Amino acid sequence: MTNFISRSRSHRLSFRRLSSYSARFYSLPTSIVLATPLIAALAIGFLYPVLKLFALSFSGGTLAYYRRIVAEPLHLAVLTGTVQVALVVTVASLLLGFPVAYLMARLSKGPATVVGACVFIPLWTSVLIRSYAWVTLLQRNGIINELLIDTGVTDGPLKLIYTQGAVILAMTHVLMPFMILPIYSALRALPADYVRAARNLGAGPLRAFVAVTLPLSLPGVFAGSVMCFVLALGFYITPALVGGPGSMLMATLIGQQTTVLLDWPFAAALSTVLLAVTLLFVLLFRRTLSLSKGLNSVY
Amino acid sequence: MIGQSLSLVGLQKRYGEMFAVRELSLDIAAGEFVSLLGPSGSGKTTVLTMVAGFDAPSAGRIVIGGRDVTRLAPNHRNIGMVFQKYALFPHLTIRQNIAFPLKMRGKSQKAATSRRVDEMLELIQLSGYAERYPNQLSGGQQQRVAVARALAFEPPVLLMDEPLGALDKKLREVMQFEIKRLQERLGVTVVYVTHDQDEALTMSDRVAIMCNGRLMQCGTPAELYRQPSSEFVADFIGRMNFIDGDCLDSKGGKTIVRLSEGSVLNLRSVGNDRDCRCAPGKALRVAIRPERIRLVRRGQGGAEAFPGVVDASVFVGSTYIVVVRLADRPEASLHVQIAADGFIPFQRNDNVDVLLDEEAVHVFPLVERCAA
Repeated sequence: MTNFISRSRSHRLSFRRLSSYSARFYSLPTSIVLATPLIAALAIGFLYPVLKLFALSFSGGTLAYYRRIVAEPLHLAVLTGTVQVALVVTVASLLLGFPVAYLMARLSKGPATVVGACVFIPLWTSVLIRSYAWVTLLQRNGIINELLIDTGVTDGPLKLIYTQGAVILAMTHVLMPFMILPIYSALRALPADYVRAARNLGAGPLRAFVAVTLPLSLPGVFAGSVMCFVLALGFYITPALVGGPGSMLMATLIGQQTTVLLDWPFAAALSTVLLAVTLLFVLLFRRTLSLSKGLNSVY
Repeated sequence: MIGQSLSLVGLQKRYGEMFAVRELSLDIAAGEFVSLLGPSGSGKTTVLTMVAGFDAPSAGRIVIGGRDVTRLAPNHRNIGMVFQKYALFPHLTIRQNIAFPLKMRGKSQKAATSRRVDEMLELIQLSGYAERYPNQLSGGQQQRVAVARALAFEPPVLLMDEPLGALDKKLREVMQFEIKRLQERLGVTVVYVTHDQDEALTMSDRVAIMCNGRLMQCGTPAELYRQPSSEFVADFIGRMNFIDGDCLDSKGGKTIVRLSEGSVLNLRSVGNDRDCRCAPGKALRVAIRPERIRLVRRGQGGAEAFPGVVDASVFVGSTYIVVVRLADRPEASLHVQIAADGFIPFQRNDNVDVLLDEEAVHVFPLVERCAA
């Protein structure tokens, strides 16, 4: 019975579209009562502030704040820079994360747990600590610079920290688990018989991977990419710590407007633009996914 | 005729101390339909996996049409395979699925591939379904597509791993017929794994019975039914009555088996070879099919008959199944099958004489089991 309840509850929380399915287990009033805390939390903690912010960006009844974003090249540069960084981080996470996910899915139980721990332990560690770790590694007299000088690769310390490269490196590291886990679960759900069938029908190991494993893992790849990309677009702590003034991202810019310049309406306008860009990309991702027909039949 | 011969020579698969398959040798002629039949865990699927190349044997060789393929990668073996759950690629249409092996071989032109796919679709009578995805087809249709995909590149050998396991009984019978028709038409050599003995007996030229990784017996369905070489096969194929007894004497082709104090079985000839099995004093297990026993009223059976008492009589459609206990050994019961037409069934507790058809009596040593 316990198992029964927890299962239908997790359905409710994670998949809205399954609500009709879980309604079979609970009557409508019970469902409403169970969902109320979440809906209330979302309404008070998310919907209200977002709407308030949205209203704030139009304060004075004008589009003046939006005009300011477009008019100032710096603001546009930050926006495009943010999208660029997010894209690079997503692609890097995908390229580095897919092999890890593949390894985890293919290894036998013991070794897979070790790899899994390597993925999960950073995920459970605070982003702040992980970002400071990168600072320690990359700073002027940090471990990497010392190593480079000691081995004679360079004469003086290189500028590693407070660069866009450092931001991308640290963000990729922080966001990688969000890429690995959905891909891993997609690969795990894939019956071994598909690859066997491909091999049997004449495909070598590489072709079997390209023709069967890869396309069938795409739903996981898309889920991971959307997650990474969306998180990267609004990332604050890591870019603030390892990034410099030349590599400012949207979140940092918005933070500056609210905490330093106290220009709340402008910060609201920037946030709204960021939200719109995020939603746009999510829709684009979804559109691409639905174009690859037949994939939906996998799950 | 595209079939080629397949030989398994001393094939073995070991996982640590456990043998999944041991010392299996089997020669299959070109175009022959051979089933591997056995209970689950008997190693039949492991044999198939090794022939397909997904798993390397610990010892032994696999030879197809004179070519040793033991160390060859699965994609170079040129063997068709139908998987238990079909393993149709869900992201590809039926056309793309069937074209997959042709595309992988890369020899044929686009037009030729397309023509071949159309041919295969026609063969399985699914011409209108080319552009659908596998999940839009019923189980039986998917099954046919899986067969078409496995045969599209004209492999000399086709492996089938319980291909009908997921279908309901009626559809299974239709598909059995269709697979057999296709196999005969194309002349492909088929190795068919199943745990359903009816399926194996109706479809196969020969059936190889496996147990605990061992090949117990291989023969035509009739041979297996009439001349089981072991107690396991006798029990596994069809219905069989077993009674334990002692060998009193065995010489000059005559064997005397004591079933109880008052019942002695005088066998002038026995259904199976018994030379080494019957020595005086040895414990034996006597086996006979239900349709090879006759029942008559007590006193009408003559000297050879055993006295028995009817325990139950059940009408099962075309036949009666009568359960009889030996009069002086009530724990030994025999199932007797009697044609239903015109037969007045015996009642419970009727006294009868039991007559065994000597030709159909098999004797097995009591120790021999399907043990590892």
